[in-house]
Amino acid sequence: MSFLLVQALSGLATAATLFLVSSGLTIVFGVTRIVNFAHGSFYMVGAYAGWSLIERFGGTPAGFWGSVAAAALAMGVLGAAMEVGLLRRLYRSPELFQLLGTFGIVLVVQDLTAWAWGPEDLLGRRAPGLKGSIDILDQPFPLYDLVLIGLGPLVLGLLWLLFNRTRWGTLVRAATQDREMTSALGVDPARLFTGVLFLGCALAGLGGALQVPRESVTLQMDMAIVVEAFVVVVVGGMGSLTGAFLASLLIGQLQAFGILVFPQITLVLVFLFMAVVLVLRPHGLLGRAEEVPPTATAAVTVPLSAGRHAGPWALALLALLAAAPLVAGDYALILLTEVVILALFAASLHLLIGLGGLVSFGHAAWFGLGAYGSALLVKHLGAPMPLALAGAPVLAGLGALVAGWFCVRRSGLYFAMLTLAFAQIVWSIAFQWYAVTGGDNGILGVWPPGWAAGKATYYWLTLGLCGGTLWLLRRVAFAPFGYALRAGRDSGLRAESVGIDVRRFQWMAFVLAGTAAGLAGGLYAFAKGSVFPTLLAVPQSVDALVMVLMGGIQTVAGPLAGAVAFHLLESEVMSLTDWWRLVLGLIIVALVLIFPKGIVGFLSGFRRRA
Amino acid sequence: MKHRHPTASPLAKLLRPAALGATLSVALAAAALTAGPAAAQSAKEPVKFSGAPVRVGEINSYTGLPAFTIPYRQGWQLALEEINAEGGVIGCCELQVVSRDDAGKPDDAVRVAQELVTNEAVDVLAGTYFSHIGLAVADFAARNKMPFVAAEPLTDAITWSKGNRYTFRLRPSTYMQAAMLVEEAAKLPAKRWATVAPNYEYGQSAVAWFKQLLKEKRPDVEFVAEQWPVQGKLEAGPTVQALAAAKPDAIFNVTFGADLAKFVREGEGRGLFRNRKIVSLLTGEPEYLEPMKDEAPEGWIVTGYPWDQIDTPAHKAFVAAYTARFKESPKAGSIVGYITMKAVAAAITKAKSANSEPIVDALAGLTIDSPVGPVTFRASDHQATMGAYVGTTTVKDGRGTMKDWRYADGANYLPPDDAARKMRPAE
Repeated sequence: MSFLLVQALSGLATAATLFLVSSGLTIVFGVTRIVNFAHGSFYMVGAYAGWSLIERFGGTPAGFWGSVAAAALAMGVLGAAMEVGLLRRLYRSPELFQLLGTFGIVLVVQDLTAWAWGPEDLLGRRAPGLKGSIDILDQPFPLYDLVLIGLGPLVLGLLWLLFNRTRWGTLVRAATQDREMTSALGVDPARLFTGVLFLGCALAGLGGALQVPRESVTLQMDMAIVVEAFVVVVVGGMGSLTGAFLASLLIGQLQAFGILVFPQITLVLVFLFMAVVLVLRPHGLLGRAEEVPPTATAAVTVPLSAGRHAGPWALALLALLAAAPLVAGDYALILLTEVVILALFAASLHLLIGLGGLVSFGHAAWFGLGAYGSALLVKHLGAPMPLALAGAPVLAGLGALVAGWFCVRRSGLYFAMLTLAFAQIVWSIAFQWYAVTGGDNGILGVWPPGWAAGKATYYWLTLGLCGGTLWLLRRVAFAPFGYALRAGRDSGLRAESVGIDVRRFQWMAFVLAGTAAGLAGGLYAFAKGSVFPTLLAVPQSVDALVMVLMGGIQTVAGPLAGAVAFHLLESEVMSLTDWWRLVLGLIIVALVLIFPKGIVGFLSGFRRRA
Repeated sequence: MKHRHPTASPLAKLLRPAALGATLSVALAAAALTAGPAAAQSAKEPVKFSGAPVRVGEINSYTGLPAFTIPYRQGWQLALEEINAEGGVIGCCELQVVSRDDAGKPDDAVRVAQELVTNEAVDVLAGTYFSHIGLAVADFAARNKMPFVAAEPLTDAITWSKGNRYTFRLRPSTYMQAAMLVEEAAKLPAKRWATVAPNYEYGQSAVAWFKQLLKEKRPDVEFVAEQWPVQGKLEAGPTVQALAAAKPDAIFNVTFGADLAKFVREGEGRGLFRNRKIVSLLTGEPEYLEPMKDEAPEGWIVTGYPWDQIDTPAHKAFVAAYTARFKESPKAGSIVGYITMKAVAAAITKAKSANSEPIVDALAGLTIDSPVGPVTFRASDHQATMGAYVGTTTVKDGRGTMKDWRYADGANYLPPDDAARKMRPAE
């Protein structure tokens, strides 16, 4: 009995940290609609700043708590600076474009933090006066964790007072409910947003600084927390502080007791929980229905146009690409092969985002399933390459068929997080099912047979298959199917009223996108010779998103340009410098600022003016 | 309105790699001059080389895990400088290294390996830290018939179940390190054991070997609890509590890095280590022990690297050279990087050739003198006999270190040649 109580208390301490970080995220999202990928970076830098201050001043209780507060405030200032310097310039861009900007910030912060604090883990001081433990029913329990348990509700209470008893809080709530009406009433949204970013990032920094006495500060903290914070926000219901609090409590307890029942479940527990909650409740535990679900499209979108001479241009490009092996060396061909595969991967995601208005955070699931489909056929059945390649889209399509049925019943960020949950579930299966998938050591020896082993041959094969599929995807975009999909994106209600079964179209689009991504994955497996769970993991999904957004979502060619630009940038910068994340991040931020509509969006806009 | 040629931009970009390939080597040479190993070497009297340089392509997770890979890089840089100062390889040729980051992803590592082989014309591949990346590069090496010296990956698969003709591994494997610890664990009176290990192949095979080998020596032990935290996301409080609830006599720990620090802090706070013996993999390595400063655990039985106490002349010389060169003390990664590069050079010199097959033949059975003693790459399974130091952790002068240690020669903790050969796929 005493053991269970202490276990529950441990869960509460975990929950407190989770709540601090996710409350900031939910506030920022609720008001500004910004999906702030960099939230975890503020948490990490908050921890580093807290570590430095606590090392110097943390000898006394006043010094320690002062240091924590100072670190939190510093993160708030940085967050406000990010709003003024970057995000403010993007409010007129497609909503998800800010996500790309914050992703650039994540990369920059990773390298700057490594540069400023060095690569080694830093173990900070313990909180003065709270070093020991007290016995709770004969079980020792750390004092500091008790303080954390108290801090959670305290912060929740303070936030409640701030939002319900101050003018600023009232304005923020008004803006959360109806941004446009608030600004029509004379409230400067920009200033409000700066304040909200300050508050949100300060909370992230507070969460980070409070970790110093509990664990060492590392460069991996940002990614570790940001996904979990998103889970809490979505489970709780976006924009709902009480929801975030409740979700943190539940997840904390789930982790504390889950490991007693089934220790191996740690990998996937929170995502399973999120999937269940989202399947049962469309807006999380305490979220409310949104009048306008956030989509990838801005208020004023240029309708997708077929382009008058797209056909001849595409053919010319294809011919040029097909001639590449005449001049390009082996490595250039390999890079081109990857670029072509990734172009298909990005285009398949664009089908969902651009046409369907459905932003997926878990598109890597279908890419990876395709790769695994091929690899498993080769490994377990000794299948020849053509058969294995055919298996890739089939497995991915089947996976998407199942997951899609659940996902298309949700919209906006709930949809996005549900796709992420499915991706994580698939990932954890690949990661843990050693007998079949080889676990994290992957499947080796998936090389093309003799006839396709030449770099040029495999490149042509890739070009043919990807080119053909891309052409099909383009046909889809301008076929009645594509128009129906876009109708559902622009106004679900009106589309339904003219007899379009929006959900069914979205489901079919989901399956189609998954199938196409699966083919890309299968080709990728044979290009690399091995398959690992990393192909299914979050960074792979993020890469796809970045490619689509970089190219611009309003054109069919956008994702292709994005894939080319992102992959070449990444691989070339990576081989030139150890600081490639800094360089890549700065380039992304610059691109976002210069081309707020994506590369191709910018080019076509330019031509329109000319 | 007109989407006349939306493809103009990708076209231009697509044509770039060919041009980039040509400019890349120039840029690289510039980068090497400022940051690379070539810079330091030019300080002394330049050595005249009569033959063409031999090139090593080196890949590691420099941005993914800098705390471990940067000491490793400094280790091989030191070795490289020494090799070239002493006349290079085969007595005629400069040894050059082209180093690349793999971003912690196996597919990036394979692309980088391809780039090194085709664009940089390297003769040997070396490096890697993560097991899955090591395996991906090993498979690439076999496919392209390139010798590959895997420096740091620990998985047994790389030399056994997925071993191949072209891949050799230096660092003592998971099996070897577990076997070293079992020898000590079997001497303890403890009968009830609990385990805590990160939830991936390394943790799982470490626990599996530990259980199997300990049961062989001590049929009376039982394993009463196991915890499998996610690597990097250990929920310290609940995990510690769950282990304590099983009331084990001893605990086998495989967590490392940030998880280990959390585990130690929370375990101390909750009295988990009181009156219990802890046996812990790799915890004696300075990479893991030093960040914990005076909170490093006391009395744990560990494998590690007590660099400040090893007083063989060869090792003292290494420490002196390393600290003089980099103004910091060596880590376990440093010695691994150092021996890796020395082994590569020795293999090339023994082969008297920069060609793949002679180098592979030379690596099989190659013995070199290293700062930790003689190391042989076994011809049977391509595993090196580099050992590890087994001892007890302690805190001295406010920092963690090891005491009562001994060098466990890897040769004594490997299955016999025949048994090892049987675990490898037929060639």
